[in-house]
Amino acid sequence: MFSEYNIDIPKSYLAKNQSELNQIVDKLEFPVVLKSQLTVGGRGKAGAILKCTKKEELAPKFTELLNKVVKGERPKIILIEEAVDIDKELYLSLFLNRGKRTYSLISSSQGGMDIESVENKVIQDVSINGLSQSVAENIAKNLGLNGVTATTFAELVTKLAKLVKEKEAELAEINPVAILKNGTCLALDSKIIIDDNSLFRHPELRKYIQISELQEQAEKSGFSFVELDGNIAIIGNGAGLVMSTLDIVNDAGGKSGAFLDFGGRATTETIYKAIEVISKLSKVKAILVNLFGGIVRTDLVAQAILDAYKDGMISVPIYARISGAKSEKSRQMLSNSNAKLYDTVEEAISSLVHYIGLSK
Amino acid sequence: MSEKFDIFDILVGKPNDIDYGKKPVLIQGMTGNFGSVHTRLMREYGTNIVAGVTPKKGGQSFEGIPVFDSVKDASKNFDVKISGIFVPAPFFLAAVKEAVDNGIKLLVAIPEHVPIRDAIEALECAQTNGAKIIGPNTPGVILPTIMKVGIMPSQPFQKGNTAVFSRSGTLMYEVSFHLSKAGIGQKIALGIGGDPINGTNLIEAFDLVSDIDEVKSVVVVGEIGGDAEESLVGYIEKTKFNKPVVAYVAGRSAPKEKRMGHAGAIIYGNYGSAESKISSFSRVNIPVAKRPAEIPSILQNLMK
Repeated sequence: MFSEYNIDIPKSYLAKNQSELNQIVDKLEFPVVLKSQLTVGGRGKAGAILKCTKKEELAPKFTELLNKVVKGERPKIILIEEAVDIDKELYLSLFLNRGKRTYSLISSSQGGMDIESVENKVIQDVSINGLSQSVAENIAKNLGLNGVTATTFAELVTKLAKLVKEKEAELAEINPVAILKNGTCLALDSKIIIDDNSLFRHPELRKYIQISELQEQAEKSGFSFVELDGNIAIIGNGAGLVMSTLDIVNDAGGKSGAFLDFGGRATTETIYKAIEVISKLSKVKAILVNLFGGIVRTDLVAQAILDAYKDGMISVPIYARISGAKSEKSRQMLSNSNAKLYDTVEEAISSLVHYIGLSK
Repeated sequence: MSEKFDIFDILVGKPNDIDYGKKPVLIQGMTGNFGSVHTRLMREYGTNIVAGVTPKKGGQSFEGIPVFDSVKDASKNFDVKISGIFVPAPFFLAAVKEAVDNGIKLLVAIPEHVPIRDAIEALECAQTNGAKIIGPNTPGVILPTIMKVGIMPSQPFQKGNTAVFSRSGTLMYEVSFHLSKAGIGQKIALGIGGDPINGTNLIEAFDLVSDIDEVKSVVVVGEIGGDAEESLVGYIEKTKFNKPVVAYVAGRSAPKEKRMGHAGAIIYGNYGSAESKISSFSRVNIPVAKRPAEIPSILQNLMK
């Protein structure tokens, strides 16, 4: 994406495995830096960036990074980048300022660190419609840059602002921006978060989407799905309600393994599909269903649960709190199954956590 | 803001108004699947829906409600200041522009997945014309037993004197349900919306009720992401907001950098974390409930 905006980056290659690495090894000029390609931040601190001064170090360090899990994420690909002759490192980012309903720019003469710990940072508002050359030049001046360095940095700022505007990014961060001994600017590391809701206007960005197969399946059904570390899957209608349920489970000593918000209306079909997504996670030992709707027909939900058991999709117990109509009928429907209905979410969670405790 | 936006005046009016409690409402996107179902439900609840707008369907009617091609056409026939927007997200910005250009002053924006840039532009457009947007990605606003513009079920809500402002739809229902069950009714319940950009943010929602004597307390339902709760605490301190407030924050156990269902529910570093929000509330002695079910008893204690 940076090449489209003429933002310079170091000469680099990507490799997924040893054989791809072998194909590029002879092209490399050492020293090089290996960077694990992850969607989570803080990889430098986590040891997912390694320097190689000679060819012999390359293969073992490459393997080390491929196997290194950071915050639950394992890289699929590693970036191999030629080291550059750096004079200084700066920080630059543009992000959506939610409270002010505009974009803000952060710059700092201290790059390469976690921005929260960066001192001397300058924050200023910029218009959604981009920023002028004079504002960009001022930013460079405030960072203590001058001469050709100031000019190239100001250019970088305008290029990044253009990218943010045109690609509808929520965040575009270059950290660090390397100022080389010859005065040019390179983006050494960067992170761009695109507004997912604008993707229908940006078919060219689809190739960057990295989601798991399961997540893709969930999204196709219109669900929001997040895989977590624990063994209790939580299904509900509404992001806030599912988050709230996660918290209560956590307070009760349970650990959530999945967040699934099916949104909208609870029908037999949506609940069945939600259970289908969860059934693919072998770590799940129990399912908690928390539905609130006033107009939800609980018998439709009970039917989906019965179908899921009957079709052999799942065997783990389901603890359900469903506030809605026909709950007496639903209770009877589920009486011979591995699922149980509760009046409050607290009761459902307490039984569930008790069960998980016993099954350990 | 020079003059305070009086949402009760817009939604209900003054006792002397000829249409007091029956203010006309327009629905943009009324003939769609979603729009038609909720038009029926809103009407059953008491909302005076006078017209719908769907391009190319002008001249038709839905259950006796006339449909127009444009807001302009509808406004020739009805003096309407409130619109419920039910159009799909890609058409949201155009719908807002059309509405405010034709005299709509309160827009309740239901659609989810509105691009941020469109939301910002829509808000600028509304502001320039002295109009207010609730949402997008909101369940809407309800004045229990009087009217509602939105998609919320009516069962959880009862008439009373508290105000519920929530960043989450279902939690607005859940919390109101618990309050109603405990005998605490609501004067107003309003969904802020789950997006990063909100037409009416928490501060502005508090501002809507700060001078309303009949609102005796406020329940604020926050969640992870952004800093709306932290800013709200700043506002409460600065304005010496004098009604009792109970807070709830969803997402204490949510991991960082994962979008939890809502476009706006994501933590970066400490920015947007539940701890940050809870400690802000605690700093000004606003009690924070651990579970929705605890909210009524905490509020009852405060009101003693």
